Amino acid sequence: MATRNTSKLARALLAPSVAILFVWMIVPLVLTLWYSFQTYNLLNPINTGFAGWSNYYYFLTDPSFFQAFANTLILVLSVLAITVIGGTLLGLLLDQPIFGQGIVRILVISPFFVMPTVAALVWKNMMLDPNYGIFAWLTTRFGIAPIPWLQDFPLFSVIIIVAWEWLPFATLILLTALQSLDEEQKEAAGMDGANFIRLFWYIILPHLARAITVVILIETIFLLGVFAEILVTTSGGPGYASTNIAYLVYHQALLDYDVGGASAGGVVAVILANIVAIFLVRIVGKNLDA
Amino acid sequence: MGSIALENVTKSFGNHTVIPPINLSIDDGSFVVFVGPSGCGKSTLLRLIAGLEDTTSGVIRIDGEDMTDTIPAKRQLSMVFQSYALYPHMSVYNNIAFPLKMANVDKSIIDQKVRAAAQTLNLTDYLDRRPRQLSGGQRQRVAIGRAIVRQPKAFLFDEPLSNLDAALRVNMRLEISELHQQLKTTMIYVTHDQVEAMTMADKIVVLNAGKIEQYGTPMELYRSPANRFVAGFIGSPKMNFIDGAEAAKFGAHSIGIRPEHMAISTGQGNWQGRVQVAEHLGSDTFIHVSVDGLGLITVRTEGEEPVKPGDMVWLTPDPAHIYRFDKAGVALTTH
Amino acid sequence: MARAVSTQKKWAWTIFAWIVALLIFFPILWTILTAFKTEGEAIAFPPHIIPNWTLENFVEVQDRSDYLKHFFNSVVISVGSTLLCLLVAVPAAWSMAFSPTKRTRDILMWMLSTKMMPAVGVLVPIYLIFKSLNLLDNLFGLTLILALIDLPIVVWMLYTYFKEIPVDILEACRMDGAVLWKEIVYVLLPMAVPGIASTMLLNIILAWNEAFWTLNLTAAQAAPLTAFIASFSAPEGLFWAKLSAASTLAIAPILLLGWFSQRQLVRGLTFGAVK
Repeated sequence: MATRNTSKLARALLAPSVAILFVWMIVPLVLTLWYSFQTYNLLNPINTGFAGWSNYYYFLTDPSFFQAFANTLILVLSVLAITVIGGTLLGLLLDQPIFGQGIVRILVISPFFVMPTVAALVWKNMMLDPNYGIFAWLTTRFGIAPIPWLQDFPLFSVIIIVAWEWLPFATLILLTALQSLDEEQKEAAGMDGANFIRLFWYIILPHLARAITVVILIETIFLLGVFAEILVTTSGGPGYASTNIAYLVYHQALLDYDVGGASAGGVVAVILANIVAIFLVRIVGKNLDA
Repeated sequence: MGSIALENVTKSFGNHTVIPPINLSIDDGSFVVFVGPSGCGKSTLLRLIAGLEDTTSGVIRIDGEDMTDTIPAKRQLSMVFQSYALYPHMSVYNNIAFPLKMANVDKSIIDQKVRAAAQTLNLTDYLDRRPRQLSGGQRQRVAIGRAIVRQPKAFLFDEPLSNLDAALRVNMRLEISELHQQLKTTMIYVTHDQVEAMTMADKIVVLNAGKIEQYGTPMELYRSPANRFVAGFIGSPKMNFIDGAEAAKFGAHSIGIRPEHMAISTGQGNWQGRVQVAEHLGSDTFIHVSVDGLGLITVRTEGEEPVKPGDMVWLTPDPAHIYRFDKAGVALTTH
Repeated sequence: MARAVSTQKKWAWTIFAWIVALLIFFPILWTILTAFKTEGEAIAFPPHIIPNWTLENFVEVQDRSDYLKHFFNSVVISVGSTLLCLLVAVPAAWSMAFSPTKRTRDILMWMLSTKMMPAVGVLVPIYLIFKSLNLLDNLFGLTLILALIDLPIVVWMLYTYFKEIPVDILEACRMDGAVLWKEIVYVLLPMAVPGIASTMLLNIILAWNEAFWTLNLTAAQAAPLTAFIASFSAPEGLFWAKLSAASTLAIAPILLLGWFSQRQLVRGLTFGAVK
């Protein structure tokens, strides 16, 4: 439907967005790349010079990197598992006929709208605190000593917090997809003699497949960069027990002021994210409708 | 005032040529129907005239002026879309007034013209309603109202009746024909329904894969089809085609006889066959007869014909109405 | 299921669903309740459920830490980044929805991919550039960054809404004599308003809750609510009731907005893949 008259204008209208995004992507990345090959520490600004690969070497061989890498993987995969499985179950539950369905929905999706710093602090202080938190109160009711969650299980605690935040997102997406399932398909399956398990496996799950892949793609994008929750609760500790790649780079940039090192870390983070992205987008891209 | 000419117009989408070079001349004030099967390019042709698509090459003239590169807004044509394309956020009044508003016409004149159009189309009671509150037929009238209010050089209709139910379609057909008699403006009408074409047109353009198969009055197309395609497309039920030995008897590669030109008898005739299906409409009867060596032949008789499936019958074609075609499907001049 | 479910069954599901929902909502509920307790009540062990319903915490939060300034900052960056985004995104989405080319799909996917770039990858240069341009702890700089990171989502979301506008209505208005700017003003924008409003809503929510750049690029002046709350993470004395009050105020607007924008959220965050 585009004619000669409209297509020139169309390109002009599109140009600003493309240009801006392009600059936003390229310029900082190029700078990061450049810094990564420099020795540059804000605490020692005179001592600069070409560093070769040493920043990368130190970053990648430091034990903190391996831990951060592992933690990132564990965090992302755990939260994905909890939210996708939990989201599917919750979606199925909310799809049932219940009284006050609207309010139940609102209650379930609320955690997603709570800003990460508030979510983290609420969990840190009121839920997980070993002296005054709710969990502590619950465990003492059952005669067990309260557990200092953030000290003993730092990564696990962060996973719980992040999963709590993202469960509503998965639930909402999957519930929307569930409700778009044709009622007639379910009826036909019922007439064909399918019980609920069969109905779920052969009809519902395939229908949800597209929504599930979208959820996984979107969540992964955001989960790779979990930051605020760690900053506010454990600060990556004890040691590096709850540090992920994002926090590690932040640590080096704004706490150690090691510009060179942090830049190398940033480049590594970008490469890792790209690998994940290519992988995911290829699988998911077929399902995403442009 | 509203003559339209296409000179060597072509249209390709990428490497795919939808319309090979077409030459067409439409007289001012005539009602021309573009008809053809799905995908034949009739809508594309209409959109080229409207300016909604660019030509790949060739010239489009409206009243002699070259309008090939003019934007649709400046071509002074009106179009009625298959989906009516009414503005959902505007009332019926504002929908009809819109073209005049775009032309910066004075408000009082707009009011005059809108009400006049509404009256012609029986829409006066609906002027304050929104499109979603109207039925299909009413929406269609609003679309027509929007088109006529501006007095364009020509009206373009893109399958406007396709979304209506059968009874409404017949009514609207009459209304559009009456409108044409009243306004005397050029109308170009696209449809895949040959009944609409035959009943409404001054002239019909039969299109097939972008090519014009024939351009003539309805009766010309009915009586003297230029080729097998046109012969089979015009007329309902379809013309019967017979190839092979029987056709050779008449000196042609294939022959055609319309169902209404076939006589049926239980006693005697040229071809013997067995009735497969008999469709009784009361006013007519369509009888589908399986004839050995010739295939399924359709016969049309007036009134009621007391045949049932399984009956043995004899068919005789009217020799004055046998059409002969050569190997390429081109009509051979009869007798 | 089309068959009517027995009321018994419905109540069983209802009770189960409500229990699960309340469990999930509990931390938020607890926070809101604690905001109305005295500090003593807040740290009582075993915990007090029903608060005293005092408003002292809300007052103190504003008095001692100028809560309103940070609230104002959040509003400015959320609304500001949204408007900035719309300025370039509306034309871009219009162009791709109504004059698509062979490249359109590629461009859209590329925009999606820019969202995948981890923020830490550019933390260093952005920080240094902002430092040298005096944009650190500056509302304008923060608004700019937030506009940039949300541009892909806004473009995508507008694109999916624009694509739903039937092309033939736009063609009809061209036939009716509307030149391009009239087409946009009289037909396109009125039809697109709901979609644009939804996109704005979603972007305001995302910008309000953004917790990376708002934490790293601001200090006392430009800190929005995310950073403000984060500053309470060091346990310098227990003042949970005040923290709860501050948190409740910080999340309340977005909770409300979010409750009303569920559908838009689904569309926007899945890049239109699920509607």
